[in-house]
Amino acid sequence: MHPAFSVIFLTTLIGVGQGLFLALFTGQVYALANLLPAQDSQSFYAIGSVVAIVFLIAGLIASVFHLGHPERAWRAATQWRTSWLSREVLALPITMGLIFAYGLTHYMGWTEPFFIIAKGTLPVDASLIIGTLATIATFALFICTAMIYAGIKFIQEWHTPLTVFNYILLGGASGFTLAAAFSAYVGADLVGFYGMWAVILTITGLISRAAVLWRNKHLQHKSNLQTAIGVRHNNIQQKAQGAMGGSFNTREFFHGSPQAVVKMARYGFLSLVFIVPVVLLGASYSMESSYLPLLAFVVQYVGLMMERWHFFTEAKHPQNLYYQSIA
Amino acid sequence: MIAKENDNDAGHIEVKTTTCYMCACRCGIRVTLRDGEVRYIQGNPEHPLNKGVMCAKGASGIMKQYSPARLTQPLRRKQGSERGTGEFEPISWEEAFSTLSERLGKIRAEDPSKFALFTGRDQMQALTGMFSKQFGTPNYAAHGGFCSVNMAAGMIYTIGGSFWEFGGPDLERAKLFVMIGTAEDHHSNPMKIALSKFKRKGGRFISINPIRTGYSAIADEWVPIKPGTDGALLLAFIHELLRLGLYDREFLIDYSNAAELVNQDETSDEFGLFMRTDAPKEEGCFDQQNKYWWDRDKNQAVPVREEGADPFLLGEFELKDGTKVKPSFQLLKEQVEKYTPEWAEGITGISAEDIRRIAYEMGVTARDQKIELPIPWTDVWGKDHESLSGNPVAFHSMRGLAAHSNGFHSIRTLGILMSILGTIDRPGGFRHRAPFPRPIPPCAKPPKGWDDVKPNTPLNGMPLGWPADPEDLFVDDKGEPIRIDKAFSWEHPLSVHGLMHNAITNAWRGDPYPIDTLLIFMSNMAWNSAMNTGDVRNMLADKNEDGEYKIPFLVVADAFQSEMTAFADLVLPDTTYLERHDVMSMLDRPISEYEGPVDSVRVPILPPTGECKPFQDVLIELGTRLGLPAFVTAEGKRKYRDYPDFIVNFETEPGSGIGFLSGWRGKGGEDFMRGEPNPKQWEMYEKNNSVFHYDLPKSYQYMRNWNKGYLTWAQRHSLTRYVEPINIHIYSEVLQKFRLAAQGKTKGKQPPERLRKRIETYFSPLPFYFEPLESQLTDTRTYPLNALTQRPMAMYHSWDSQNAWLRQIHAHNYLFVNPKLAKEQGIKDGDWIWAESSHGKLRCMCRFSEAVEPGTVWTWNAIGKASGAWGLSPKANESQKGFLLNHIISEELPEHEAGEHISNSDPITGQAAWFDVRVRIYKAEDGEPEQTSPQFSPLKAYPGMNGKQTKKRWQAYFAGMFSKKK
Amino acid sequence: MQLALLIDLNVCVGCHACVTSCKEWNTSGAAGPMADFNPYGKDPTGTFFNRVQTFEIGAFPKVETVHFPKSCLHCEEPPCVPVCPTGASYKREEDGIVLVDYDKCIGCKYCSWACPYGARELDEKQKVMKKCTLCVDRLYDQNLPEAERLPSCVMACPTSARLYGDIHDPDSEVSVQIRENGGYQLMPEWGTKPSNHYLPRRKTRIHLHQDELERVDNPLKKEGLQPQPPSDQKTLDETTSW
Ligand SMILES: Nc1nc2c(c(=O)[nH]1)N[C@H]1C(S)=C(S)[C@@H](COP(=O)(O)OP(=O)(O)OC[C@H]3O[C@@H](n4cnc5c(=O)[nH]c(N)nc54)[C@H](O)[C@@H]3O)O[C@H]1N2
Ligand SMILES: Nc1nc2c(c(=O)[nH]1)N[C@H]1C(S)=C(S)[C@@H](COP(=O)(O)OP(=O)(O)OC[C@H]3O[C@@H](n4cnc5c(=O)[nH]c(N)nc54)[C@H](O)[C@@H]3O)O[C@H]1N2
Ligand code: SF4
Ligand code: SF4
Ligand code: SF4
Ligand code: SF4
Ligand code: SF4
Ligand SMILES: [Mo]
Repeated sequence: MHPAFSVIFLTTLIGVGQGLFLALFTGQVYALANLLPAQDSQSFYAIGSVVAIVFLIAGLIASVFHLGHPERAWRAATQWRTSWLSREVLALPITMGLIFAYGLTHYMGWTEPFFIIAKGTLPVDASLIIGTLATIATFALFICTAMIYAGIKFIQEWHTPLTVFNYILLGGASGFTLAAAFSAYVGADLVGFYGMWAVILTITGLISRAAVLWRNKHLQHKSNLQTAIGVRHNNIQQKAQGAMGGSFNTREFFHGSPQAVVKMARYGFLSLVFIVPVVLLGASYSMESSYLPLLAFVVQYVGLMMERWHFFTEAKHPQNLYYQSIA
Repeated sequence: MIAKENDNDAGHIEVKTTTCYMCACRCGIRVTLRDGEVRYIQGNPEHPLNKGVMCAKGASGIMKQYSPARLTQPLRRKQGSERGTGEFEPISWEEAFSTLSERLGKIRAEDPSKFALFTGRDQMQALTGMFSKQFGTPNYAAHGGFCSVNMAAGMIYTIGGSFWEFGGPDLERAKLFVMIGTAEDHHSNPMKIALSKFKRKGGRFISINPIRTGYSAIADEWVPIKPGTDGALLLAFIHELLRLGLYDREFLIDYSNAAELVNQDETSDEFGLFMRTDAPKEEGCFDQQNKYWWDRDKNQAVPVREEGADPFLLGEFELKDGTKVKPSFQLLKEQVEKYTPEWAEGITGISAEDIRRIAYEMGVTARDQKIELPIPWTDVWGKDHESLSGNPVAFHSMRGLAAHSNGFHSIRTLGILMSILGTIDRPGGFRHRAPFPRPIPPCAKPPKGWDDVKPNTPLNGMPLGWPADPEDLFVDDKGEPIRIDKAFSWEHPLSVHGLMHNAITNAWRGDPYPIDTLLIFMSNMAWNSAMNTGDVRNMLADKNEDGEYKIPFLVVADAFQSEMTAFADLVLPDTTYLERHDVMSMLDRPISEYEGPVDSVRVPILPPTGECKPFQDVLIELGTRLGLPAFVTAEGKRKYRDYPDFIVNFETEPGSGIGFLSGWRGKGGEDFMRGEPNPKQWEMYEKNNSVFHYDLPKSYQYMRNWNKGYLTWAQRHSLTRYVEPINIHIYSEVLQKFRLAAQGKTKGKQPPERLRKRIETYFSPLPFYFEPLESQLTDTRTYPLNALTQRPMAMYHSWDSQNAWLRQIHAHNYLFVNPKLAKEQGIKDGDWIWAESSHGKLRCMCRFSEAVEPGTVWTWNAIGKASGAWGLSPKANESQKGFLLNHIISEELPEHEAGEHISNSDPITGQAAWFDVRVRIYKAEDGEPEQTSPQFSPLKAYPGMNGKQTKKRWQAYFAGMFSKKK
Repeated sequence: MQLALLIDLNVCVGCHACVTSCKEWNTSGAAGPMADFNPYGKDPTGTFFNRVQTFEIGAFPKVETVHFPKSCLHCEEPPCVPVCPTGASYKREEDGIVLVDYDKCIGCKYCSWACPYGARELDEKQKVMKKCTLCVDRLYDQNLPEAERLPSCVMACPTSARLYGDIHDPDSEVSVQIRENGGYQLMPEWGTKPSNHYLPRRKTRIHLHQDELERVDNPLKKEGLQPQPPSDQKTLDETTSW
């Protein structure tokens, strides 16, 4: 598939936003459970939510570049019964809204507990309720986004639950890394906590992503030239595709990059998404640096863009069988 | 939104019918206009030719009409600018006409041969030929010489008709169909219609072709022959058929000269001629029947067709006076004795086993699946036949046979093969199309010498004709050529369509003489119809020492910014086919069907663009201004207002009743074929789908060479002068006459010494196989490969690269190479490679193909373009990745014993030997530019062209809104 | 009812008539315009609903060249439809034609990803998804003569390699042909149930018997000759001396 930058930005940016929110909320829940020191509502959760929303909005803006007719984008919400894309279109604003509400409750300080559960240890306030809803929405959004890809059964490279895990794990990892950087920046002593979770998510992400790489390497494609044109012969060569200057089919479904570049991207993202951030986060832990986590996030984000780019180049659409050669 | 049921409510809709001219096939079309723009061009279901179907080109006519390459104003080369750079200034038509008539008037008064008119893929040779004849110049020809004259001549000199527009295979009834060397042809749509019907009803289709694409793709069997060797294959077929007796004896005896006795007395001056009775010779250009058979019962020579005679086809006999004679069939048998399948295997690359099998398939199918139609008919000798029979083996062939220097003989071999199978103008075999069959050879003769060329006088004779013996050659006292293309000279005696491919080179060299004005109409002679394109371009712009151009004045009539127009001193912008009147005339090459004559017209659907003027109108105006007799009254006054007026009122002779159009003649349209001019003739054509279609009675539709009913009908309707049989020339006395002259056995015209051996060798009365001339004269170890071109179905020569839709299908071309061959050379699929012949080399891209004989490389014809031509951007694929094979095909053979500037053509007909070129290929060096070579400096748009359109990033055609949006 | 095309590869000669007749009909019609990019420049490219491709099967000399036209197959289970977020892509109940409503389409291209056949093309000017409409704007147009209520490509095809009809009607020409001549679907592995079918190549052969070569009525007899065996045919004379 041809990697569209709009989609690369969209998925990575909202992934960061979603992950950041999850990090914030996890932090809050831990704090409520007194497992972590509480943070200031306004300066931490509210601003953190704003940052998350900024990422989500940036993603949304990026997605607009993907559309031929953004002015009709509202129509995309209508087919949620059948279309994962439509579901994503619904999930995204809901998630944004809930995160916004979450930030707002913190900003407004609506943190008076309504009641307390879990034997008096967990005070339930507006932020907790909204945060929980937002968490559900965030996961739903992850699933919708991922299912857009995983749901197309004949793009076999994508058609696996691992795609969903990856979206969640990588979005989560980048969000937690950002949370670590954010903590470092605002001087909250959650750097270690977020850093550790970021490392855990990154490493799990690595396992899951590596599994996909391994799977794709050994994937047996169901379609081949024999089934594509219905001729039984093991030596079929395309000579002409009827369009010498290219077509939508050659632009949209081929990445057109040399294998060497794809390979570089693969090693690139494996290092930038996984290895370097883990090292940087580890280093920041021991060095107590306030900018290393930020660096880790930037590196990881760049890596994620490569990862997403690679994700597209990995996918071999069966239609490509019809577009092998011109003459 | 889609699924709004239709767009009927949008705009003002009009529907008109006319004839397509996106190619020479001439299908009927229906053009729907919306607000004056072309909305839809569809096949006309009521047209006999295409019955409603279309082709890729025809359906893209819209993009031709609105092409940015269109010329819209008469242009004059800017003073001081160099030819070929395309620097023009617009002028008025009046200026163009006065320049031309002044210059041509002077030439005509001094030496008409200094004016040459050559025309390309037009369908109005009746008019252009007439103009030239009236002008008095011997220097006229159309594209036939570089196209397929071998096909016309080889068949017409054998069976009196030909493939091409003149006849074809009866696929309705054939059981076995053998197609040889055909990619597209002039019967594009009808062939496709017929082929698919044929396959669907279970016919067997064999394709003989070095390449398997297009039609060959759907063949039941592909016979991948080595180029230029079909003669050998066909001779081996004949060898086998004769060996096993798989021939139609009755047909040969009755309808060919197979049983006629040939003089075998080697000492005689009449050696190799038919023995003649002393019956008085009748006048006329038909075969005299005063010949002999050897009757088996009487065991003696008897006049042909003597009552009750049963002749031998084989054997050797002695006349009473001791003259040894043989039936010509015996000579054929002896001739093919050595042409065994094993022999042919070594030449053609086809296994002897396959050759035998295919020969048997032909022979047995012809013999055992006889067709008997309940149609009584009467032969020309008066014998009644209760039914019509046929042998269902049909052939079709085109330039794969024709475009080789041995093509004439290969094609004659094919004619003979078809004849011994008994398939000429019979059901299931070959069928003629009116106005064929013609006498062998047809009656029109070229002029005979300089005496026939006089100032201010029409040419005495037809500019193109059919020599029957050396006396018909158009040569001077020394036997040297009179025409600028050397047609009808001893170099190419039967060059019945001229040798347009040598016209520019000869004119440049001044051989046989320099000319003054060259008018090229509808031919891209500076590109795809030139052989040796690079040098020819230089010749067009070459100057004498005095600074004068070697070809002083060059006029080009074209509709588009072709490569050729760039060299013009004067450009005459023609209309498109949707903007003018045209006729596809019985005097030319009509679109007749097997069932009877059909002619057709074009009528304007749209007004002319800009200042465009139909070239026919230009000719009529020029003819009138020059006072050419056919265009002016006795008093020298204008006779015809314009072309439509000319078409209606012109008669070949005053009162002859024969004009360009055969339908709706007579005052009120009551006559056809001949009759008084009908002032409403155009309207009547228009009302009838632009076509006149006459179905002959069933009993006239077959055996027309010998069908009394048909021949009488044809005579009565002025298609022919004689009701005489047109017997098949298994043995060609015409050729033998030239050979005798070369042997010094005749008294009349004699070939120059250097050509004697050539004439003697190639004018064999029976076909023989020889290696193509180029292969004979080149080191085939250095140049081991044959290089071919094929017509792509979706493109017409050079026309269609300007077509925004078609050029997406073929934007550039590759050289197709068998992977086996490529790998031996270390060439990978898609590599840049050089293809080199002994004349030059070019760089192009290679594409692997398994569907090509490994000794052959090939490419699509005429996709490559000169940078900036055709309204394309200089960076367009056509010029940067596309290439033209013509750069490495020479128009002349290397110097050899026949002379130093002998055309690279068939020695008999002058047919350009495009497909003889030998090449080698090798990988381009690393670091060479990824661009085809040669390149030429980019052409700029001319005044009046829509240059803005060329630069447009996008274009969205929507009829009725397209031009408004611009 | 499920309208569809049946493409007969046995007779398709790859002429591209269906390609350009489709373009010219549709560009000025309800599905148009079909934009062309760089129409006169480098790498020209544009929207087409139908393309003809060429494949080579096998190696020389046992090679077949197959011309292969492909447009939207109007799948019975079209994966392109449910994925469309706007409902612009839809399959008509009444005749099974799969269409795009340009007014609803946002040009997200998702449906094209969901078509395994590459049958959809985004019009890069109009920015909406386009595809073969089966010429729905001809099929029911009462202004057209009945014989012309056919897809443009079907009318154009000179070899009539494109048949059109209802594959749900077992007696329609297309159904009969599919049944009798081995009609098949593309990429059956995805369960899309394409309505368009293809007919494979079929071969006609002649089988000759030796008897047919040596008949009593051989014309050579008339000349006092018999058909001769090939001169190089081995005989006992060369192999035995007794
Ligand atoms: N290598 C190679 N070369 C070949 C061949 C081959 O097989 N291989 N084939 C040869 C054969 S058979 C032929 S016939 C020639 C054909 O070659 P040409 O005779 O050169 O024919 P075209 O390229 O079709 O176009 C001739 C010109 O007609 C112009 N034209 C188009 N429509 C009109 C019109 O309505 N009015 C006017 N006035 N002009 C118009 C075009 O702009 C173009 O400049 O090519 C020959 N060249
Ligand atoms: N679409 C389209 N149609 C056209 C034209 C066009 O340009 N485009 N041009 C028109 C014109 S002007 C002409 S003259 C006709 C020509 O019509 P064709 O005669 O069909 O022309 P070519 O494409 O030159 O085809 C020559 C075929 O012969 C094969 N061949 C070459 N050498 C040999 C050989 O030695 N032996 C055998 N057996 N085969 C051989 C080639 O592979 C090729 O398939 O087409 C006309 N129709
Ligand atoms: S075959 Fe030639 S005349 Fe017929 S539609 Fe095609 S381009 Fe026109
Ligand atoms: S071919 Fe593709 S676009 Fe057409 S219906 Fe099937 S899946 Fe949809
Ligand atoms: S491109 Fe248009 S038709 Fe396709 S999925 Fe998107 S909105 Fe639907
Ligand atoms: S049915 Fe109509 S839209 Fe579809 S390919 Fe044919 S012509 Fe094009
Ligand atoms: S029009 Fe017919 S023969 Fe030509 S490519 Fe299309 S399907 Fe094949
Ligand atoms: Mo030609």
